[in-house]
Amino acid sequence: MNPQAEHRNSRAWLLSGLLLALAIALPFAAPTYYVQFVSKALIMGILAMALNLVVGYGGLVSLCHAAFFGIAGYVLALASPKYDAASLWWTLPLAVAASATAAAAIGTLALRTRGVYFIMVTLAFGEMLFFLFHDSKFAGGSDGAFVYNKPSMMLGDIVLLNLEKPIVYYFVVLATLVAVIALLTMLVRSPFGHALAASRDNERRARALGFPVFRIRLTAFIISGAIAGVAGYFAAAQFGFVAPQMLGWHLSATVLVMVLIGGLRSVTGPLLGALVLIGLEEILKAATEYWKLVEGIIVIVIVLALPNGVRDLLGLLAPRREAGHD
Amino acid sequence: MDFLTFGVQLLNAIQYGAVLFLVASGLTLVFGILGVINLAHGAFYMLGAYLAYWIAAYTGSFWVALVGGVAIAFAVGLLLENVFIRRLYGRDHLAQVLLSFGLILVIDEARQLLFGKDVHSVMPPEGLRGAIQLTENLSYPVYRLAICVFCLIVAALIFLVITRTKIGMIVRAGAENREMTRTLGISFDRVNRYVFAVGIALAALGGIVVAPVSTVYPGMGDSMLILSFVVVVLGGIGSIGGAAIGALLIGLTDTFGKVFFPSVSSVLIYVLMAAVLLWRPNGILGRREI
Repeated sequence: MNPQAEHRNSRAWLLSGLLLALAIALPFAAPTYYVQFVSKALIMGILAMALNLVVGYGGLVSLCHAAFFGIAGYVLALASPKYDAASLWWTLPLAVAASATAAAAIGTLALRTRGVYFIMVTLAFGEMLFFLFHDSKFAGGSDGAFVYNKPSMMLGDIVLLNLEKPIVYYFVVLATLVAVIALLTMLVRSPFGHALAASRDNERRARALGFPVFRIRLTAFIISGAIAGVAGYFAAAQFGFVAPQMLGWHLSATVLVMVLIGGLRSVTGPLLGALVLIGLEEILKAATEYWKLVEGIIVIVIVLALPNGVRDLLGLLAPRREAGHD
Repeated sequence: MDFLTFGVQLLNAIQYGAVLFLVASGLTLVFGILGVINLAHGAFYMLGAYLAYWIAAYTGSFWVALVGGVAIAFAVGLLLENVFIRRLYGRDHLAQVLLSFGLILVIDEARQLLFGKDVHSVMPPEGLRGAIQLTENLSYPVYRLAICVFCLIVAALIFLVITRTKIGMIVRAGAENREMTRTLGISFDRVNRYVFAVGIALAALGGIVVAPVSTVYPGMGDSMLILSFVVVVLGGIGSIGGAAIGALLIGLTDTFGKVFFPSVSSVLIYVLMAAVLLWRPNGILGRREI
């Protein structure tokens, strides 16, 4: 590693440490409302990072990740007893397994296609799941279902974690976020991650070199769907409510916007994108009734003017001195 | 099911498929020529239906609404191509998906501002309001038959333009091999603009035509978008013939699915799509890649 890169690397570690310290300090300094707000943004960040494994590293634009997100939420809602808290021990694995299974089924079919077909097929299968829950009788149909009590983690009779408390909930989400970042970073740096990126850059060559492209992509799709499920589980726990809209493709597209804002070539970029977009939505909602109009215009401007997301914006503010050194 | 009921259901299936074809052919045309995936296609279908309601309410004439709605959609298409879509040529699919998603948000809110979010109904044009009495208690609305005939005429026109005219030749060459066509000195600038506007106009036309037989509601664009995607995936992207086959298949599956398997009917078209993906991943009339 050359000294410059080493310097940048240590700076990145310093920055991450600083941000983490800030995140840990937040609930002790900010009112509960903001703690819950940040929890929500972090959950969307987990979803966006999960999606980016497929979109950024795999080069596959998926429009059905909201379905994996929503399925896990529904599993929690359906598995929760009405008057008691569900146990985190088994409902979380169950929810994630359900999302992973759905991802495996959709991925097996959708990954037979390429490019724009893949987009359309994932959108269609995602909407199939949306309508399945929308028209279902067992899950409350279009009205959705309630999660009456937030899940808790018990060991014998001792309550380890009670998610009813916003601060406990916040730290659980933060810990999950750190775990997801670690997992994804390990993945993209592993031989598997390189093979995935190689299939994105040149599928034919990757195939010719003997990489099982389909299996690599399917694995990434399932892992990504499972992490989206983790996010969906915690989202359902936070809102205490699940609705078919959780699975709808508008959410999938919104998360794609987060990925684009944050940049596709880093693990944590989409997290930044999620924080930016959710913060923006919050401001717009307070400012105008027609916030979606403004959001739409902003999305269009970002796509046309900042194809690399906020990194372009930073570039405008502080132009890079050494060109070609990225 | 006796023969007559079967016939009525068959007509329903064809009518449904015919409208699907109108909308999906616009989508597949735009992708085939421009190489742009337009998620806002369904939004223009919805906009067409609202325009039909609005113009018909003001002028009292469905025919004015038909012509006016298509003209407005065409003009909006020209404008959008010029301002936004032009910048997407050659960009990756993600940019196209997100730009058209932004357009959906804007169009939805514009619809909210202009027409509100109420559900409306539109009267069929005069002269097509009656029903044909088949038996004592079975009749078929004339307007639905008119839709079938109208869509067939439009389909025939599209085929004629694509197979018999110079612009159609460019369109086919562009869909076959864009780079080669450009190398041969064909400029796509104007063709692109008109193809996009025609695509948008076809989506709006679909919305206008169905407005009298279904209700006009805000979410109608979304469900139509998904259906047109399934049609295009079934038929093969960029292929008008494929869109016709796909649309008819969906019309038949959906209509008869509701009759024979009402409990699972909403999933049937996706099962069909999964089957076609296993059999021919590039669609029934699609070409093999790689």
